[in-house]
Amino acid sequence: MASVSTTMNPAILGRPNAISICVKEAKYEFLKSLRIPMFLVSTLVFPLMFYVLFGLVMGRQMIGNLRSTVYLVAAYGTFAVMGASLFGTAASLAAERGLGWLEVKRASPMPPFAYFLAKVVMSLTFSSIDVLALMILGVAFGGVHLPAATMVKLALTLIAGSLPFCAMGLAIGYFARPTSAPAVINLFYLPMSFCSGLWMPFLFLPRFIQRVGVFLPSYHLSQLALNLVGGGQGGSASGHWQTLIGFALLCLGIARLGHQRDQRAQG
Amino acid sequence: MATASRSTDSFISLPGRDPEIAQFTGVNKSYGSTRALIDFSFEVRAGELVALLGPNGAGKTTAIKLLLGLVRPTSGKLSVFGGDPASTQIHTRIGAMLQVARVPETLRVREHIDLFSSYYPNPLPIERTLALAGLTTLRDRKFGDLSGGQKQRVLFALALCGNPDLLFLDEPTVGMDVEARLLLWQEIRNLLERGKTIVLTTHYLEEADALADRIVVINKGSLIAEGTPEEIKARTAGKKIRCVTELSTAVLRGLPGVLDIERDRQTTVIHTSRAEEVLRQILQLDLKVSEIEVTSAGLEAAFLALTRETKN
Repeated sequence: MASVSTTMNPAILGRPNAISICVKEAKYEFLKSLRIPMFLVSTLVFPLMFYVLFGLVMGRQMIGNLRSTVYLVAAYGTFAVMGASLFGTAASLAAERGLGWLEVKRASPMPPFAYFLAKVVMSLTFSSIDVLALMILGVAFGGVHLPAATMVKLALTLIAGSLPFCAMGLAIGYFARPTSAPAVINLFYLPMSFCSGLWMPFLFLPRFIQRVGVFLPSYHLSQLALNLVGGGQGGSASGHWQTLIGFALLCLGIARLGHQRDQRAQG
Repeated sequence: MATASRSTDSFISLPGRDPEIAQFTGVNKSYGSTRALIDFSFEVRAGELVALLGPNGAGKTTAIKLLLGLVRPTSGKLSVFGGDPASTQIHTRIGAMLQVARVPETLRVREHIDLFSSYYPNPLPIERTLALAGLTTLRDRKFGDLSGGQKQRVLFALALCGNPDLLFLDEPTVGMDVEARLLLWQEIRNLLERGKTIVLTTHYLEEADALADRIVVINKGSLIAEGTPEEIKARTAGKKIRCVTELSTAVLRGLPGVLDIERDRQTTVIHTSRAEEVLRQILQLDLKVSEIEVTSAGLEAAFLALTRETKN
């Protein structure tokens, strides 16, 4: 590891390879989170447990003309990647910002983007584990039979669709206090999941909640996933993606405001 | 182990190129209406240890944060290695030990050091850093499982792992017991021997005295004294003489080196820089003097003395 810099061009001597820094930063971000039981429970245990209880144990119900086990891979898949992204970014950012660790990092020669990139990469990794685990459970115990191409598309959609929630996590992380961040995350995460039909099929929800739900990014990601398995409300994929991208940009804007606020506070 | 690997250290301080490693020129820093530093000027020279000494809230940490580019001066100029202290390029030559409320607790000591080492172009081998900071046996412990003093040592290790030319140590021994403090002092001296330049903040006069080539005394954002430890001590070696005496305040004020007199009912407290002479004279002048007690004035009183000197 230490030899990385010695192979560099002398003209840019004094700068270790930024990519290797990012890889190491992401690796330790992953290990750090993996060892926090609360994080694992929120991001891995809950979504998988819900799938086992409501998908596998509750039996083979039909939602429209779709088996519930198939429907729930898409719905809990959305729920899982949201959780991984929000907890993966917001909780640690709020704590490290508020309690001085980010300052220690900023005093080091770490390229600032490596810090944020590591959190996003770590969140994507947990999202991928979630999605794969749900699919394996579904195929092994839930009678989920989907073409391989559909499975790949579904996985990629959920993983790529988690990125706007990473942006949302950064926005929350810049405004939440270290101690209250997990509560703030849940205040967004759980109602959003419910109103988007991630726990209960969207059509079963009261009409007024449906009216709110269609504005939520979690609704649009779940619809992208459900459309792939034949359980969506329709609506064009590009429309859903546009909403998600717009939401991501909005969140990045808010995160930027928080960042600037921090800078001003420090002078 | 530590001595065996010493020769592998390839340290280049380039002292000829950086006679002044860091420089403050008329720097002011305000946070809202609070003035943290007022018209602050001083420089750090290659290979020395400068101690910024002052009570809590004096502006020491602000000075360090300015030198690291973490905060910007409200006015005035400052440079580190001739450049902007906020630049990542400059940071590759700097290591910093800051006061931090919470460090990620689930990473192991070795992992923290491995990560920080990767930021630097020529880091020390991890084993060497562990040895220098006295952490070899704690390498596989999670940060959260360490004692307060051990945590401070990890932060110290993160500051030195990149083999930097310049180290900032912000209150490095705060919360350490005496033994741990002496050990860290020795490690700081070892760094100096290897040609490092160190800026250290402390509110212990004793610590500045034990380590520093030069002491800069700060109070309420202003530089109030600067000099070698001997010079500073000479100006702050105040003693408090407590006694019951019938001598008048005017007489007591006339005694050598007396800075201040406090009277509380029968008891009189005399602040002086020349305690022995004052005692000798009191004993001669007042045969009934009783309950004599001599104590070190402490840093607070020393600051008082110094601020008074600067006013006159």
